[in-house]
Amino acid sequence: MIKTRQELQNLRDKYIKAGAAQKSKILICAGTGCVSGGSLEIFDKLSEIMEKRGVPCSLELVHEDEGDISLCCDGKEHIGLKKSGCHGFCEMGPLVRIEPQGWLYVKVGLDDCEEIIDETIIAGRHIARLAYKQGDGSVCKKQDDIPFYKKQTRMILQDCGHIDATSINEYFAIGGYSAFEKALFDMTQDEIINEVTEANLRGRGGGGFPAGRKWGQVKRQKEKKRYVVCNGDEGDPGAFMDRSIMEGDPHRMLEGMMIAALASGSDEGYIYVRAEYPLAVSRLRTAIAQAEKVGLLGDNILGTDFSFNLHISRGAGAFVCGEGSALTASIEGKRGMPRVKPPRTVENGLFDKPTVLNNVETYANVPLIIEKGASWYKSIGTEGSPGTKAFALTGNIVNTGLIEVPMGTTLREVIFDIGGGMRGGRKFKGVQIGGPSGGCLTEKDLDLPLDFDSLKKAGAMIGSGGLVVMDDSSCMVEVARFFMSFTQNESCGKCVPCREGTKRMLAILERITEGEGREGDIELLEELADTISATALCGLGKTAAFPVVSTIKNFRDEYEAHVCDKRCPAGACQKLKQIVIDAALCKGCSKCMRSCPVGAISGKVKEPFVIDSEKCIKCGACLTTCPFHAITES
Amino acid sequence: MNQSFDMKKVDEIIDSYGASQSSVIAVLQEIQEHYRYLPKEVFSRIAKRLGVSEARVYSVATFYENFSLEPKGKFIIKVCDGTACHVRKSIPILERLRSELKLTDKKKTTDDLGFTVETVSCLGACGLAPVITVNDKVYPAMTPDKVTELLEQLKEQK
Repeated sequence: MIKTRQELQNLRDKYIKAGAAQKSKILICAGTGCVSGGSLEIFDKLSEIMEKRGVPCSLELVHEDEGDISLCCDGKEHIGLKKSGCHGFCEMGPLVRIEPQGWLYVKVGLDDCEEIIDETIIAGRHIARLAYKQGDGSVCKKQDDIPFYKKQTRMILQDCGHIDATSINEYFAIGGYSAFEKALFDMTQDEIINEVTEANLRGRGGGGFPAGRKWGQVKRQKEKKRYVVCNGDEGDPGAFMDRSIMEGDPHRMLEGMMIAALASGSDEGYIYVRAEYPLAVSRLRTAIAQAEKVGLLGDNILGTDFSFNLHISRGAGAFVCGEGSALTASIEGKRGMPRVKPPRTVENGLFDKPTVLNNVETYANVPLIIEKGASWYKSIGTEGSPGTKAFALTGNIVNTGLIEVPMGTTLREVIFDIGGGMRGGRKFKGVQIGGPSGGCLTEKDLDLPLDFDSLKKAGAMIGSGGLVVMDDSSCMVEVARFFMSFTQNESCGKCVPCREGTKRMLAILERITEGEGREGDIELLEELADTISATALCGLGKTAAFPVVSTIKNFRDEYEAHVCDKRCPAGACQKLKQIVIDAALCKGCSKCMRSCPVGAISGKVKEPFVIDSEKCIKCGACLTTCPFHAITES
Repeated sequence: MNQSFDMKKVDEIIDSYGASQSSVIAVLQEIQEHYRYLPKEVFSRIAKRLGVSEARVYSVATFYENFSLEPKGKFIIKVCDGTACHVRKSIPILERLRSELKLTDKKKTTDDLGFTVETVSCLGACGLAPVITVNDKVYPAMTPDKVTELLEQLKEQK
């Protein structure tokens, strides 16, 4: 256990040196995506082959034997084989990165392992077959050559995918915990707070509230017991930035929390992680145990009077717990229901004590600001929203995955340059940003800079950063119904506008998508939306109607087509589909007639059959039975 | 009340978290991991040991989606219906699972306690959409046909 600043520096130097002894590194992505593609088996296979070939290799930076630390392979040059965090390019997984060349192999299988060792590691040759290929067939040798990465600015994700996420030693080897060291020994509480305030670090969980101001407010409280809480309850469907940070670079986040605790005068913290992220929970547990063992968490850290202990609290599947007061209630072991504010969390938060509550990505930004300074930080991004933002890019897009871009990057750059455009050459229709609290942006918004204030003006919000891209096969009314059904299900039930209002809105949306829409429904939705937004208690309720409002605003004609013409222009709403038999292809075999459960199909054998659309329930049973593919949906 | 219910495991779990009010959720989670659901017998014990009312424990258990008061199947299949999976057609996958296992949105577990099928809002594996998990193992880029195949394999393991 280290007890002084000097010991910490010595330790860090040792690991930096150990890192340099690893001539080459093979990094296998061990994020949730690549693991499901079999990356752990690939890791084992590579390790096995290297042993067979006698290639000097180590799975760790150093050997630790009952407290004694020695360099691997007697300090001689060797290959480092590591499980890294998520690279973000999940679509192409399992991913294997080769250093120092910076090559990236995509969609690697078990059969490729021998070739990787023999060709690349032993002979030093690139395997073009395994590299990423662009649409025109050209090979991208290096990871940074791939268009998906080229346009990104990776700051908080810079080490995600480049270091072993389960090792504090690796974090030391890239200079880890030096920001904390600087804050602890060279800065006063006010200096830390001023630096973060000056950098204008805004909460990445969606609200965009300045983090420095929050910390200052907690520091000024009379009550001496304070908490630092990390919101890792990333419940927005279609968002996984925080998961990737927790899984891929947990120590960066811990370091940010430790600096926040130091600045606000707290000695205890909680990380609230959703239960759907079991890998993040286990990585965080490992990271905390390692930091405790080294002496960076616990009492009298590095011989100072600063003490900090961290706990993990697992969520149990309630979206509303992403709201501050609901989250603290859940950590306290209660139902996660928001309460009336004020008093605010900074005055009266966890266990009724002053509490700093920020999300994962916000904390991950802190070490960078402390280390490089506010003026450097402000040189990235826009004036009102400095820094970068991580986005989860998903939906009907070519390159799905995790990206990080400077604030102010336009949607067009994100979707078409990084994302590679729409799948299957379909037409771009809209993008849902900010999850169930956000809004839908369309073609005309493509040149909108992505930052807190521009999006707010456009009627959307950055939210936690989920970007779900939709093509022309997505029905916007159906999308609105989908979000409303999510919010209705997740409404905690405490206040009437949200509990009853979302139910009514969902019922109206359901009947519209089922072709039962009535005149005046659209106006009724707008009225309900207004009322809920104005009267609901918490953020979940206030924003519940946003997806409906923004889809009505941008796609009113689509709503009208459903209500007035009983037609779904995108052809997505099941009940509004027409199933027809193509008379030219029908051979009159009568198979479809026999498969129809409601007797809607009739005709004479050897003559074209017809479907009675009044009787048809659109179950699609006939579609699969027709041997001549004569039955189609329209 | 089932008198023969073995409280030893329950006590062990409570001891490992410390008998404080704030441990309710963690204790319930661990009990559910052990029994695959929350047997009704445990509520009074938890309430007594943690010094809270039985109603409070019950209110927590019914508030959070992850808790189940009914026994679950050996294989718990979660179909992700987050936005990304939804726009890449997760519903046909759910429908196929339900029809193959003769389940509905009300009846989530098969009578032989072999399978439980549920939906989740987002598993955070959106890059691989649509995804399902079977006992926390992630299966990426699913289709209705792949699901049928997977079910066959799981049935053999049963």
